[in-house]
Amino acid sequence: MEIVQSAKPLYAIAVSLIAVLFIAVSGKRPNLREFFTIAAAVLKFSIVVSMLPTVLAGKVIEYSLLTILPGLDISFKVDALGIFFALTASFLWIVTSFYSIGYVRSLNEHAQTRYFIFFAVALSATMGVAFSANMFTTFIFYEIITLSTFPLVAHKETPEAMKGARKYLIYLLGTSIAFQLFAIFLTYYAAGTLEFSNLGIFNNIKGEGVSDAFLIVTFILFIAGIAKAALMPLHSWLPAAMVAPTPVSALLHAVAVVKTGVFVVVKVVLHIFGVNLLAQLGLGTALAYFASFTIIVASIIALRQDNLKARLAYSTISQLSYIILGVALLTPSGITGSIMHIVLHAFGKITLFFCAGAIYVASHKTKVSELDGIGKQMPFTMAAFTLAAISMIGLPPMGGFLSKWYLIIGAIEAGQTPIIVVLVVSTILNAGYFLPIIYAAFFKEPNPEIPNPKSKIREAPVLMVASLTLTAIGVLLLFFMPSVFLELAKMIAASVTGGN
Amino acid sequence: MIELIIGKYTYWISITLMMIGFYAMIAKGNLIKKIIGMNIFQTAVFLFYISTAMVKDGTAPILWQKANLYVNPLPHVLILTAIVVSVSVTAVALALIIRIYKAYGTIEEEQILKMANETPNPKLVVNKGEPFQTPNTAK
Amino acid sequence: MINITEHLPVLIIVISLMSAAIIPIAGRFNRHYSWYITVAVTFVSFLISISLLNRVLNTGKISYWLGGWQPPWGIEYVLDYLNIFILLIVSFIAFIVSLYARHSIEKEIAEHKISTFYSVYMLFIAGLMGMTLTGDLFNLYVFIEISSLAAYTLIAVGRKRNALMASYNYLILGTIAATFILLGIGYLYMVTGTLNMADLRELLPPLYESKVVLTAFAFFTVGLSLKLALFPLHIWLPNAYTHAPSVVSAIMAATSTKVGAYVLLRIMFTVFKVEFDLEVVPVTKILLVLSSVAIIAGSVLAIAQTNIKRMLAYSSVGQIGYIVLGAALINQTAMTGSLIHILNHAIMKGTLFLVIGAVVYKTGIEDISGLRGMGKKMPYSMAAFTIAALSMIGIPLTVGFVSKWYIAMGALNAGMWYFVPIILLSSLLTAVYFWRIIESIYFEDANTEPQNAEYSQIRNPDDAPLGMLIPTLILAGLCLFFGVAAFLPVSIAEKAASMLLGGM
Repeated sequence: MEIVQSAKPLYAIAVSLIAVLFIAVSGKRPNLREFFTIAAAVLKFSIVVSMLPTVLAGKVIEYSLLTILPGLDISFKVDALGIFFALTASFLWIVTSFYSIGYVRSLNEHAQTRYFIFFAVALSATMGVAFSANMFTTFIFYEIITLSTFPLVAHKETPEAMKGARKYLIYLLGTSIAFQLFAIFLTYYAAGTLEFSNLGIFNNIKGEGVSDAFLIVTFILFIAGIAKAALMPLHSWLPAAMVAPTPVSALLHAVAVVKTGVFVVVKVVLHIFGVNLLAQLGLGTALAYFASFTIIVASIIALRQDNLKARLAYSTISQLSYIILGVALLTPSGITGSIMHIVLHAFGKITLFFCAGAIYVASHKTKVSELDGIGKQMPFTMAAFTLAAISMIGLPPMGGFLSKWYLIIGAIEAGQTPIIVVLVVSTILNAGYFLPIIYAAFFKEPNPEIPNPKSKIREAPVLMVASLTLTAIGVLLLFFMPSVFLELAKMIAASVTGGN
Repeated sequence: MIELIIGKYTYWISITLMMIGFYAMIAKGNLIKKIIGMNIFQTAVFLFYISTAMVKDGTAPILWQKANLYVNPLPHVLILTAIVVSVSVTAVALALIIRIYKAYGTIEEEQILKMANETPNPKLVVNKGEPFQTPNTAK
Repeated sequence: MINITEHLPVLIIVISLMSAAIIPIAGRFNRHYSWYITVAVTFVSFLISISLLNRVLNTGKISYWLGGWQPPWGIEYVLDYLNIFILLIVSFIAFIVSLYARHSIEKEIAEHKISTFYSVYMLFIAGLMGMTLTGDLFNLYVFIEISSLAAYTLIAVGRKRNALMASYNYLILGTIAATFILLGIGYLYMVTGTLNMADLRELLPPLYESKVVLTAFAFFTVGLSLKLALFPLHIWLPNAYTHAPSVVSAIMAATSTKVGAYVLLRIMFTVFKVEFDLEVVPVTKILLVLSSVAIIAGSVLAIAQTNIKRMLAYSSVGQIGYIVLGAALINQTAMTGSLIHILNHAIMKGTLFLVIGAVVYKTGIEDISGLRGMGKKMPYSMAAFTIAALSMIGIPLTVGFVSKWYIAMGALNAGMWYFVPIILLSSLLTAVYFWRIIESIYFEDANTEPQNAEYSQIRNPDDAPLGMLIPTLILAGLCLFFGVAAFLPVSIAEKAASMLLGGM
């Protein structure tokens, strides 16, 4: 594999950090401040895109920033998986920035400057995770994401918000220090390196006196240490974090934070342990069943949630486990499906959250039971909602169908019939909690008790509606033209299974 | 056994004194008595040092032609220094006790702790003048 | 003409002692002179220790014979990788804290005591430097007592009457500790006839089984554990740190327990050999257990505190546990971690105490509630606090992570993996007690209790004066700098560790 030395990944990370300075000094002039946010977002996306051709040509971009201690360095590597994630996150940041502006302004939120600053920091760290070349760098950025999103979750500063934010921090920081760091210690102790390897660090040192029990313990510690992936029973921070403003939930809890979690799980599975080793130890199957459990249980809980954002949160928990499930199948198609699901779920879920936020801004409604007839007031929003929901359920012609398709093929390849059953059942459950909303929105009469001024269309501000329409179209487009993403996903699957 | 007791009686004495002093430092509630205990404790160690320097039938360590058998002078010198240290510690301790008495009106540890617990974290007095609140318990 | 560079090892102590005599006299003319002299002298000491570091790096060990008397008869000052490292920390922190001291002291100490304060401060520093430099056991005892006496005085010098009892209790326990050490020295002298550390190292091995030597070692260990406040001999520390003036808490937390730890290492690994600690007495096992308990208990007790200085004091008890744990694991990696942690903890705790000093300067409140909403009022100080707190938790890119990494790796290398969960658990506990403060700094509204009413009316940022702010920010900056450029201290600490473990 050809290696290109370039500082581009560093620029992609740094651009929003530099923007933080500008945002901070222009705090008193909102228009200028928002200009910097958007400019940074666009610049970041274009830097990421500029790296795409190199990666598609089968090359890898590397950049080593500094060495903290021998064996512990901060270095970046842009491979297919990294750029896949970075593309998704940086594109959605642009959209979310526009949406955020509409949201915070129409609700007159306080501490807007702080909000934009920490948003930018969180995005930088997300890029850092995407591009990190070793587990140490990943860990650093993982922690930065946790810390920088804390102020965003606690944004409202009400006792309820503080409680949610504290829970968020305890779960994420606590598990990462207690388990993930422990696992990193063990990995470094056994292998003497933390550098991600295509076939897996432990796979490379197989047979060098590392016992199976040690590997199993390390693996469990890693999985337990990545609470961002929201695998049960370490999921309850996610619903608690729903106290955050909606754009935060949208970007962070559909893209940046949770996707970082599953992304790191994917990295651990593929690059630290390696497909072959996990298959040999039978850990892949164990993880797959574990993820299946989360998928089913989270979907059942989602059915019972009346708060729209809570329902979406549980749906996220369940959907994240698809990604883990796919990669745990350890087959090329499973991995392809899993990676495709990163982007497909990101577009779908962000649209749904955008819709939830738009409904809140336009009518201050947060409950599913209040949404009767809202489709007539907010046709664009609810149309986008419908598209995204269909994608979530996994029906054609929406993007979500693609990943589910690959996942099922992966399960067949792995010979795991129970997993196929899980996928089918979960699809039914997904339909079970999304379709009633759509039905209520379009076909039920509005509740007469709730005062409803005659005005027929009361959409949210145009910036918000434009954003959510854009992402909804994205969901649609991803089905018809998944080319770049699918190509990347297949590249990854091929390289980690030793096909490259 | 007798040999152990009689032959090393100096050590036994110094250990006994040390324990007496140690007991007083730990168990006594009166601050002055603690200091007395401390002095006994330290002196016991000094005695121990001096007794190690003893050489049987030795004379004073003076540069002198008859002094072919003399006691080891070094422990004496060391203890001279240690006595100076001990005196300074005592001085600081007594000075502290005076200030404690001025502040609390007592030198009984129990009463002081009781008073201290009543105002565990008094706000720092930042104005000038008398450093301590005059205690009303002083008699 | 005497070649001054030859005499630097003693000069660094002499100038501090001399200045302790000059400062009160200068203070008679003008109160401010004493501060100028203190800053100047500590700065010169810092420069001297840098130049000594240079020499040690070039030539290896430096041996200085006091008065030209040849060891083992004369007193020898020895400088090697280990104590130049400690000396640098002490002199640097002393300089930074003395820079900071001016405003804080004027507020917390009665006016007529100020010049005396600086004089005693210099004595304290001189004592610590002496403990670090000396290669002679009895000289060590004298310096221990100099620094301790100065410490008792410094603790009691403030306006709070509770400080007097804290100082008194420390005096009693400190004297017991010092007398134990004196007794230990006596025993060793009895069997070997020498007081020189290097000489003892050569003479002791045949006597390792001797009861006298074992007793001496026991007295040393207990006495020094008290000095460095190893759990459960830490009881003097929380009160002392809580009631002392902020500057004193800062300098003591950052240096005195560290030098105590250094002396313990010296006794365990220089006067005695590694084989003694491993094979003759189970001291390392005992220390491993005690330090693990210290790490957990210190953190748990810290969580229970409402006075922030007391909380930091208990956190120090836990952090001292790390230092001892790393040393007691007896392998290169862990020992490096332990030494690095001496530096790291000095920087972190120094920063934290300096920030609290600034808060006390502004509001007079030492309670955790006093920090409520301070993020808006004292943004720079609070940023420094946050950095140091994150470092205490051990977030990567801060110094706290580096030492944790080394100690944890050392535990794994030693095959004692069960210390890793202890380290991680204490990180979590640390996160608990610091995070609630960070949260109240940034996410709660300012304290509106009447005692703070005056200050809470100030709307705009009103940070500590620059004289306090700059030293604090320098230390906080170092928390980050040494977290990223960790190889700088690590390279020295590694050499020191291999020297300790592999012979001189």
